Amino acid sequence: MPKDGIGASVKRREDPRFLTGRGRYTDDINLKGQAHVHFLRADVAHAVLNGIDTAEAAAMPGVLRIFTATDFAAVGGLPCGWQITDRHGQPMQEPKHPIMAEGKIRHVGEILAAVVAESVEQARDAAEAIVVDYEELPAVIDMKAACAEGAVKVHDDLASNLCYDWGFVEENKAAVDEAFASAAHVTTLELVNNRLVANPMEPRVAIGDYALHDDSSTLYTTSQNPHVIRLLMGAFVLGIPEHKLRVVAPDVGGGFGTKIFHYAEEAFCTFAAKQLRRPVKWTSTRSEAFISDAHGRDHVTKIELALDGDNNFTALRTDTYANMGAYLSTFAPSVPTWLHGTLMAGNYRTPLIYVNVKAVFTNTVPVDAYRGAGRPEATFQLERVVDKAARELGVDPAELRRQNFIRKDEFPYATPVAVEYDTGDYEATLNKALEMSDYAGFDTRRQESAGRGKLRGIGLSHYIEACGIAPSNLVGQLGARAGLYESATVRVNATGGIVVMTGSHSHGQGHETSFPQVIADMIGIAPDQVEIVHGDTANTPMGMGTYGSRSIAVGGSAMVRATEKIIAKAKKIAAHLMEAAEADIELKDGAFTVAGTDKSVAWGDVTLAAYVPHNYPLDEIEPGLEETAFYDPANFTYPSGCYICEVEVDPDTGQVEVQSFTAADDFGNVINPMIVEGQVHGGVGQGIGQALLENCVYDADGQLLSASYMDYAMPRARDLPMINVDHSCCTPCTHNPLGVKGCGEAGAIGSPPALVNAVIDALQRAGTDVGHIDMPLSPDRVWAAMNA
Amino acid sequence: MKLTMHVNGREVTGEAEGRTLLSAFLRDALGLTGTHIGCDTSQCGACTVHVDGRQVKSCTMFAAEAEGAQVTTIEGMENADGSLSVIQQAFQDHHGLQCGFCTPGMVMAAAALLRDIPQPTEAQIRAHLDGNICRCTGYHNIVKAILAASGQPVAMAAE
Repeated sequence: MPKDGIGASVKRREDPRFLTGRGRYTDDINLKGQAHVHFLRADVAHAVLNGIDTAEAAAMPGVLRIFTATDFAAVGGLPCGWQITDRHGQPMQEPKHPIMAEGKIRHVGEILAAVVAESVEQARDAAEAIVVDYEELPAVIDMKAACAEGAVKVHDDLASNLCYDWGFVEENKAAVDEAFASAAHVTTLELVNNRLVANPMEPRVAIGDYALHDDSSTLYTTSQNPHVIRLLMGAFVLGIPEHKLRVVAPDVGGGFGTKIFHYAEEAFCTFAAKQLRRPVKWTSTRSEAFISDAHGRDHVTKIELALDGDNNFTALRTDTYANMGAYLSTFAPSVPTWLHGTLMAGNYRTPLIYVNVKAVFTNTVPVDAYRGAGRPEATFQLERVVDKAARELGVDPAELRRQNFIRKDEFPYATPVAVEYDTGDYEATLNKALEMSDYAGFDTRRQESAGRGKLRGIGLSHYIEACGIAPSNLVGQLGARAGLYESATVRVNATGGIVVMTGSHSHGQGHETSFPQVIADMIGIAPDQVEIVHGDTANTPMGMGTYGSRSIAVGGSAMVRATEKIIAKAKKIAAHLMEAAEADIELKDGAFTVAGTDKSVAWGDVTLAAYVPHNYPLDEIEPGLEETAFYDPANFTYPSGCYICEVEVDPDTGQVEVQSFTAADDFGNVINPMIVEGQVHGGVGQGIGQALLENCVYDADGQLLSASYMDYAMPRARDLPMINVDHSCCTPCTHNPLGVKGCGEAGAIGSPPALVNAVIDALQRAGTDVGHIDMPLSPDRVWAAMNA
Repeated sequence: MKLTMHVNGREVTGEAEGRTLLSAFLRDALGLTGTHIGCDTSQCGACTVHVDGRQVKSCTMFAAEAEGAQVTTIEGMENADGSLSVIQQAFQDHHGLQCGFCTPGMVMAAAALLRDIPQPTEAQIRAHLDGNICRCTGYHNIVKAILAASGQPVAMAAE
């Protein structure tokens, strides 16, 4: 077992600063002379905005300036990074996404005005004196109602509230319909994937700064991808070229997707700092976060599964409404389409699949990627309908899955939904989870629960996800307006220590610890000889950032490629130093040797020679030892696994308690098992949260009813069990140099259907005919279903 | 107004308005940014400190209410030589933190718990953490870290 290289549970080097209160989060930064902004936000969901009177507020103590939409007339809207082409070959409807409401209010929380003052309190006080003249309109909240003939329109300049009507694979539609017509059995399920709020514990913060002497701007922001923000804000919103714009994302307190996107507040602070010649800081309150962070999920789906007489899956058909909110957030259109439809094969050999998705504008906060992004929605509906089919057919849900799995010897496997799985072994993770959870011994535990008056159930799900986003050529064809490579610069210093500048960003994932393990392994030095630099566009190469479980698979691969270049050059230098042929040089345990001899030169001697090139072949080799690589993946990676949940239901109250949770994942090779296990724990925690507790609820007028931790039920320590995890089933990725697949989202993808399946199991074993309950499975919903 | 209190063993003085919360005073007036603000309804616990020996969410009291009090923040929790305390070390050993934002509050809550109940059960730990929200860890490794810090045996992460 490696002591501290690949595969070792190395303790995190970032922990001491966080454990002693010495982390440096964006809100911990205070610039000299900074002013503070408070945003006046809409408190109605839909209205004509007649005017904003700021005269009284502008005269209040400490107020420097009040901005409204008219100040942004020469500024672009917030760009959308993905264009979807609909079933009929037409581009999606793409309304302007202004920094502040222009003429119309379209959701509660939309910015109407910004007060910049000497202190936050003064800005807040002045905002209360602003008079907004508006005429309220009926709100469009329900997606199906929004699509009805004559519905009120969110955007008057668009033809309807339908952003796009996407069919996938459109050419398969007739064949799918035919397969349903001749099926021996069809299982149908209508379900809701509940709207969620990502809720990283650190609220968003933005600080804009401007330097007059060189006309340059700096933005400090809570982002998962500072280069993406620099590109989107610089090129599309404010018109600042990259070399005059620096974006810094220092320690970031969690992201989970909602800190990917480019937000109005970032552009505002950067813009206002230049206007006022002073740094401008905004710190979101949690209440603001609920009405301004992009939300997640919010799909309404009908799914149908066709089976033949031998219980083989023959076709799958889905019909989904996906909420976009009032405007298109950065990656919103890609979530219900390419990150969702392409996963509908799951782990199964279903030969014919058709997915229809209608994306809809409503008077709600924009909806975009949240941990898993499209893949949890795909997995939930598929794993629920497979479970329902098993119950209808009277077969064991585990065995129906096993029967329909893609077999181990069928990889690479091209699914009917455009992706090719490179590797996997689904029976291995299924068997592992069955064993870990003592599936066979369930009945004993059920009887024990029954003795205490509780209904016990067991449920499983088997997920697949597409990670390591993504091959740029492919996503370009699918409508992405960005490349999805990653980058790394490996700088070896004269005395042998290494600094890696990476485009990946770490906001809890532990890159500062796990990335050095890889390089240490490649060279044979200690990981503490390697330092990771990330989060600042001024000193890292162009990178696309951290999301979609892509950092080790794409960012790690870029780092490997750059290190390979370093080693190749170092071998040339070593060959010169030892007067040997380059082909004979070997690198092991931090020393270069000449094969078949006892000649050896240490890593540090070679690096020193590179920077003190006295006896050095300068006509053949450049001095220095620094290399950059950009890595563009050849395919997605496909982690998979089996999750098993056991619950007890209180028949008197409908209260669900999770008794045990098992996760058997295949992540390919693993760099730091401790960190990987932590990622699964956290993902499962969020998945149980979605299934049992969390729900983002709007009323018919578009007021957000769950807009604080008093009303939005975050999972707490008492709500979650210890989580039994395993990643020993390993089929390494075949197309990246580390054989890694990514582990960040799996927990959130695989766990909701396992939990819901367990509750349905408990209720059906108790003799009810409850077929489905929409998440979250709160006591009132469970009780009502049992007593319907 | 001018306020004086003892923070992490030192007498400190700073300016505050009547409406200034203790959490804001620690961060803005004293520069102790280890105390984090994660919500505005006193639900998340990221701002947990100790005031006169009691575990307190520092957003639930005005700075003026702490006039003259003994306040301990996360910056005062390490050993005198700067090394991690037993609780802090257990959080690192058992990967009880990811993004680190809730961590100061978790450490402060754990310290108060272990002072009152030196060997808590898992259920007692989970109950005590009811006022501290973590979004990263699923609490699994936080619970393990606190069990370990109390001297009870727990398994290490997989090798």
